Parts: sequence; structure tokens; C-alpha cells
Amino acid sequence: MTEPVALVHNKVRLALHPLRGARDGSGPGSPTRPLLCLHGLGELTSPEPPAAADAWPGPVWGLDLTGHGASTRPSGGGYTAELLMADVDAALAHLGPCTLLGRGLGAYVALLSAGARAELVRGAVLADGPGLAGGGATPASPALAPHLPPGARGDDTAPDPFALLELARDVRPPDYAVTFVRLAVMLSGLDAPIAVAAVVRPPWLAAVADEPGVLVRPAAEALARYAREAGPPASSSMASASASGRPSRNP
Amino acid sequence: MADPDLAPPGDHPASGDDLPADDEPPADADRFPGACAPDRTRTVDAGGLRLAVNEWGDEGARPILFAHGGFDFSRTFDVFAPLIAAGGWRVVTWDQRGHGDSEHAALYSWEGDLRDAVAVLDTVSSRPMPVLGHSKGGSLILQLAETCPHRVSHVVNIDGLPSSRSWPDVAEHTRTRMLASELTGWLDHRRRAARSLRKPGTIDDLARRRARMNPRLSPEWLRYLVTVGARRDEDGWRWKIDPSLRLGGFGPWRPEWSMWRLPSLGMPVLAILGLVQEDMGWGTLPDDVYPYLPPHARFVPFDEVGHFVHIEAPERVADLVLEFLG
Repeated sequence: MTEPVALVHNKVRLALHPLRGARDGSGPGSPTRPLLCLHGLGELTSPEPPAAADAWPGPVWGLDLTGHGASTRPSGGGYTAELLMADVDAALAHLGPCTLLGRGLGAYVALLSAGARAELVRGAVLADGPGLAGGGATPASPALAPHLPPGARGDDTAPDPFALLELARDVRPPDYAVTFVRLAVMLSGLDAPIAVAAVVRPPWLAAVADEPGVLVRPAAEALARYAREAGPPASSSMASASASGRPSRNP
Repeated sequence: MADPDLAPPGDHPASGDDLPADDEPPADADRFPGACAPDRTRTVDAGGLRLAVNEWGDEGARPILFAHGGFDFSRTFDVFAPLIAAGGWRVVTWDQRGHGDSEHAALYSWEGDLRDAVAVLDTVSSRPMPVLGHSKGGSLILQLAETCPHRVSHVVNIDGLPSSRSWPDVAEHTRTRMLASELTGWLDHRRRAARSLRKPGTIDDLARRRARMNPRLSPEWLRYLVTVGARRDEDGWRWKIDPSLRLGGFGPWRPEWSMWRLPSLGMPVLAILGLVQEDMGWGTLPDDVYPYLPPHARFVPFDEVGHFVHIEAPERVADLVLEFLG
């Protein structure tokens, strides 16, 4: 794998990995839109692009989220999915408009990003992977994970234990998730800015899949659809012209 | 509410009327009637984060833990804590991560603050002790008491009871638009956070800006707060709070979920509510609280007092707390 690009997100250094076609003149500013891959909870960016991205015509990148892979493991924990959404925003600031492919936790973060930066996320594909469910629709009984002594957090390549714990317990109310779908539909200019490829549907994802403007398709098919709209980097005019066809509500 | 203390990147050093024409503090700014500096200060290592701890009262006295509110810091207890200490208590409080003299963290969450609170408790006693919190600190100690009931003997909650009324009462599409604006503002802020600084100014400048968040508190008190909650740089005073922190916010957490912790508490509970509504408060009314009070709880609403109950009426609140603790 080529050396990652180091991005700064406040006090965190994020590793943005070029996976395919990202260093041969098709990086930021390239005529074809990049695909940005987001790993699942406890994972890191795989050196090989996911198989679903085989036909993606543009560059493929992967981001190590805070506490994972080659990105910073901060002291003291305090993880939220929203903070990871801001990690993705740092990558969007570097790459420009992207299509997102998220696994597990990365799928939830991709959804948040698609709603929050609707003009920059040109389609988000939500796929199965670790950390897909999170902590459920309402708070569980509270638990305390005490601070760990120095050296008890594993070696530098291991994910931060606080990330593993806190991002497996964060509350994901279905109506909160649906709000991000509606933002993406309202503000992206795309007919179907979200695609659900995951077979497993925790409550937040089941609610997302039921929303108008959400495709339910295998990842490769959803990416093929977004690839047809990839062309030159998205602009508001492209965004409004890119809508085509009706979203399917069935797998 | 926009944060009046945040300087956009490139907007520092100060310009315009925020430039300190004379940055000498007013001669009496660092004094306030009844205010006492802590008797002891120390630091606690919380999993690699440095937390500043302040204490008032005899070190051998019975301990009580205080938790301050969001965008406050432990020295906001400079009048209230000495009153409790004078009643025979060792008051222990800490600057929450990113606040006051504690380290600015990369990550902020309720879970992180809870873990920090326990790290401070661990340096005081392993036996149950009373905990008192204001505003965000009140919600935090509800979580602490529900999570670690074996560490908490009494709960005192000062205007820290968020309710469903804390949500803006607007139509769904309006709420969605508000969220879109909040999200964009927050992400733009995060993009700048690595290089942002709080806006410098004179003591009076900072006190004036804070008055927008604390409109009911006196200018003398706000000037005093500058001298204990801001640092003096070459180009003026700056609040110490992490510039990456931002007022307002969004997320999956529903305000009423904090209130839901209240009925679960088995220890004695004193809940205090300031009934004059202001922006920094939760908008909670007594009728929002009654259904959630455990049978042994005491609920005391304060008429004609706002969100900062212990600052507006320190003696009345201290008397109530001391009587409750026995």
C-alpha cells in the first residue's frame, strides 16, 4: 500500500490511504470522482480495495478513523459517531466530492456524512461490517470503563479499546438516522443519495431502508449506479442534473 | 447561541475594539465578596489526560464531589464551595476535560467525562460520598450515581434536569433545517479547530461577552471570573476553555434521557430548579420533574432565580445543601 496522506483533524492525525488509481494523476481534482472506503469498528483500511469497488472508474481511497489503523489513538477516550463524521469531513475537504462505501460502523458514519455534507457526498453505500448495530435505539443501562493504566491499550497497531467499547454502545435512534437520510435527499440533488447493501438491518438501518430516496441494492450494483453519475467532480449543476430513474425499494 | 468568544482563524491577534488599549486588570477585578481561592490545587492523570483538581476545606473533613456545568470551570464555585467547606466538608472539584486548567482533549463525550469523574473520586476515597452537580454537571452526576451507586451516598442536582421541553417546539421540517445548519456550522468549526484560538481582549471585553451567556450575573462577578478562568497572553486575556468546544450541538441524545435516570436512584436526592428561564438552562418546569422524582427525593424550585442558582443565591443553596447532608 502506498504511503498514506496525513490529514489533521483538530488534535488527531488521520491516515488517508490511496488504494487504487489515487497516485497516477487521479487524486484530488481528478476528472473522475473518488470512492472513499470507511472500515468497520476495530478494523483498519485494507490494502486492497473491496471487491465491490472493482468496477469503480475513479480513484479509490480508504480512511483510518480516529483510534484505528495508522490514525491517532487519543488519550482518555470519548468517542462518538459524530466525531468520526468530522474525520470523514477532513477527507472530503482534501479529496472534494466523493462517493462513500462504509462497512459496519463506517456505514453509520457514511450515512451521517451524507446528511451533513450532502453537497460533497455523491452517494453513500451502507454495507455489513463490525459495529453496524451500535448500542440500540435507546440508552442501555450505563456501564463504566475505567481509565486504563499506561501500556494497557495494546500496541500501536491495535484499535483503541475505548473506541471498541464506546462505539459499540452509542445510541442510534431510528428517527435520528432517518433525519440524515432526509437531509441527504433534500440537499444532495440526488434521487437516491443512500444505498443500503447490508443484509443485517439493526433498527436504525431498517428505518433508513424504508425511507423514500434510499436504494436497496448489493454494494457493487449501487456503486455502478453512482459511478454512472461520477463524471467530472460534482457541482450544484451536476448534482441537479444527476438524478435519474426511480429508487428501488426492494433488494 | 453563537459562541461570542471564538475568534475565526486569521482573526488573531485581536483587532478593532477588542484590542486591549490597556490590559492592566482593573485593580479590584480579582476580588469578589465571599470568593476564596481553593485551599489546595493538584492534578490527576486520567488515562493520560491531565485534570486540574481544586479543593476547599479541611483535608481530613468528610469529602463531597462537585461537578461544574458546560463552559464553566471549577473556580465558578469560588463563593459557593467555601460556604459548604465552612459547614465541615472537604469540597473536591475538577475542571472537566477541555475546561479551566485541565488539558484540552481530542475527544469529548459523556462517557469520557464520567470516566474522568471516577478518576478524581479514586484519588479521594473508595467509600460512598455525596456528589453535587450544576447544569451539565448535574446530568453527569445522575449518570455517575446510576452507574456507580456504590460510590455515591447523596445526590444534589442544581438545575441539571433536562426534559423533553428542552427540545425546540417546532415542526419537523423546521427541526431538520435547524439540524442542517447546526451540522454545517459544526463541521466548518471542526475544519478550523486545529488552528483556532479564543478571541483576546481586556477583562471588561471578556466579561461583556460572557454576560451574553450569563445575563443575570453581575458585571463584578463576571470580571472576577475572567481573572480565574482566563489566561493573560501578550495580546490580551483569553478564556482557557478549548477553542474546539462549541456551544449548542446535536446528536442522538434526547434531553429527557438524563431525567430518566432520576427514578432509578436509591440514595437521598436533592433536586433544585431555578424557575427564571434563560438561554443556558434547560427550560425544565416543576411539572416536568414531579413524575420522575424517587420517593425519597426532595425537590426545591427557586422562584425569581435563574439557571445559575448557586451563584445567584449561594447562601440559600448552601444552607439547603448542608441541612440535606446533615
